[in-house]
Amino acid sequence: MSAITTLDLTPRPGAAPLHRMVLAQAGAEIRAMLRNGEQLLLTMIIPVLLLAGFSAAPLVDVGGGRRVDFVAPGILALAVMSTAFTGQAIATGFERRYGVLRRLGATPLSRMGLLLAKTVAVVAVEALQVVVITVVALALGWSPHGGPSLGALWAVPLLLLGTAAFSGLGLLMAGTLRAEATLAGANLVYLVLLGLGGVLFPLDRFPGGVRQVLELLPISALTSGLRAVLSDGGGFPGGPLLVLLCWAVAALALAARTFRWE
Amino acid sequence: MTGVDSTPGGVGDGAVIDSGAGDTAPAVEIDGLVKRYGRTTAVDGLALTCARGAVTAILGPNGAGKTSTIEICEGFRRPDGGTVRVLGLDPADPALKPRLGIMPQAGGVPPAARAGEWLRVVSRFYAHPLDPDALLALLGLTAHARTPYRRLSGGQQQRLSLAAAVVGRPELVFLDEPTAGLDPQARHACWDLVTALRDAGVSVVLTTHQMDEAEKLADHVVVIDHGRVVAEGTPSALTGAERQLRFRARPGLDLEELLAALPPGSAAKESPSGHYIIEGLVGPQLLATVTAWCATEGVTTEDLRIERRTLEDVFLELTGRELR
Repeated sequence: MSAITTLDLTPRPGAAPLHRMVLAQAGAEIRAMLRNGEQLLLTMIIPVLLLAGFSAAPLVDVGGGRRVDFVAPGILALAVMSTAFTGQAIATGFERRYGVLRRLGATPLSRMGLLLAKTVAVVAVEALQVVVITVVALALGWSPHGGPSLGALWAVPLLLLGTAAFSGLGLLMAGTLRAEATLAGANLVYLVLLGLGGVLFPLDRFPGGVRQVLELLPISALTSGLRAVLSDGGGFPGGPLLVLLCWAVAALALAARTFRWE
Repeated sequence: MTGVDSTPGGVGDGAVIDSGAGDTAPAVEIDGLVKRYGRTTAVDGLALTCARGAVTAILGPNGAGKTSTIEICEGFRRPDGGTVRVLGLDPADPALKPRLGIMPQAGGVPPAARAGEWLRVVSRFYAHPLDPDALLALLGLTAHARTPYRRLSGGQQQRLSLAAAVVGRPELVFLDEPTAGLDPQARHACWDLVTALRDAGVSVVLTTHQMDEAEKLADHVVVIDHGRVVAEGTPSALTGAERQLRFRARPGLDLEELLAALPPGSAAKESPSGHYIIEGLVGPQLLATVTAWCATEGVTTEDLRIERRTLEDVFLELTGRELR
């Protein structure tokens, strides 16, 4: 009882500034992602193992050139998909199920603020993934187009648009399906896109008609775009950026229309 | 001190005056509220008012419409009819969010989040929050600050949820069954906090099944059933000034015979079996008559006592005894 008198319970309501709310929530989301074993497996361990394994051993025929130069951009694309799509879809699906989104809705943090926080958290974790994957790839002998070049900067808009597209798809799934269905579906899509998106297996191994369809997948666009600017020294990756932009607009618009918060 | 400054043009330094109806409006004002789920009507023309700075307890059996009503006030659900004003505003008004503290019936916390970290994050959403650590200490959660939510006991989860409801220094707090599943110590800690909130000028609206909770805490009790208010008032007004003589004895006493010995206007009933209640001019004379009659009948009484009706009696009279 005595402890109560030390707390001033007199009403003094007020919302914190938006940036403080967003940073607080983003911090919580980042901690949640980095502490979750399954998420770490998906976002860090699997990409690094695939990078090391497929770079070291001749598991697939990548055509000419060094294997690590082919594999590293694909793994960067996989990292974006794992965090922005799979991890985010599963986490958000269960937040919806556990009433976390609803409970947050009763605080001054607006839905826009929550989405901003999620975006900040996803981008922060992706930055960490890019650093880890790049360091491992460099250690394995990766030389992005023979050294630093301005063209490699096109990787940034590719990664950001890829993040937007995969976030939209992840939230579309999390906002409409049951949490268990999202868990299963997001993992399945991850595996399918890993196999069919040119991450490790070059798309030109597929028959022409199939390949043309596969090239329109967001993972294929991100992979081929990154490979073009990082390994092949290509210029403006117009095609991949356009494909990613379409996916981002369509998925985010659809997610915004269909998302159920509880 | 809080209060309405009515001096023309005179807003003191640091005073927060909310323009419009916000400052004088009741904490909650509901009229003709209707909420349907499919063919079920959960709330059916409910009307009630919760005063500022007071504790209002909403009592009712399971399925009476308590949670639907409170969730509409919290802005979680939209009504199908009627009007609801919370601090004078529409419950969906975003301006209301920082002014309300909400404790849902269960959940709402990420299972893996650590108790202390989560409370700190929530506190960062408010401009002048309470110190989360002090709040954890007050509710006996300091030792569990690093424990993930899913590993807390049910009572600890409840207390954490209560802490989050008050951390933003709200004007109005909604507590949906705040003491369900709490052990006696935790229940008293919760009651102390509710009393302290009221003393600090916070309006509190809570739902409960527990009559002693309503009797102890509430300034105003609203009994609802089948989505409507069936009685309301202060706990003492609801239980009435009338006294009763109660005792337990073997079932099946001949009450007609007893009534004949009592002053006119008395009433006697056996409910449930073996529990007797005598109503009327309950005083020394009536007590003497009843014990004398028991002596001649060779009846040994147990738990013989004179008391006012309890809120539970009122509640059962109003809502019936059948199980829901």
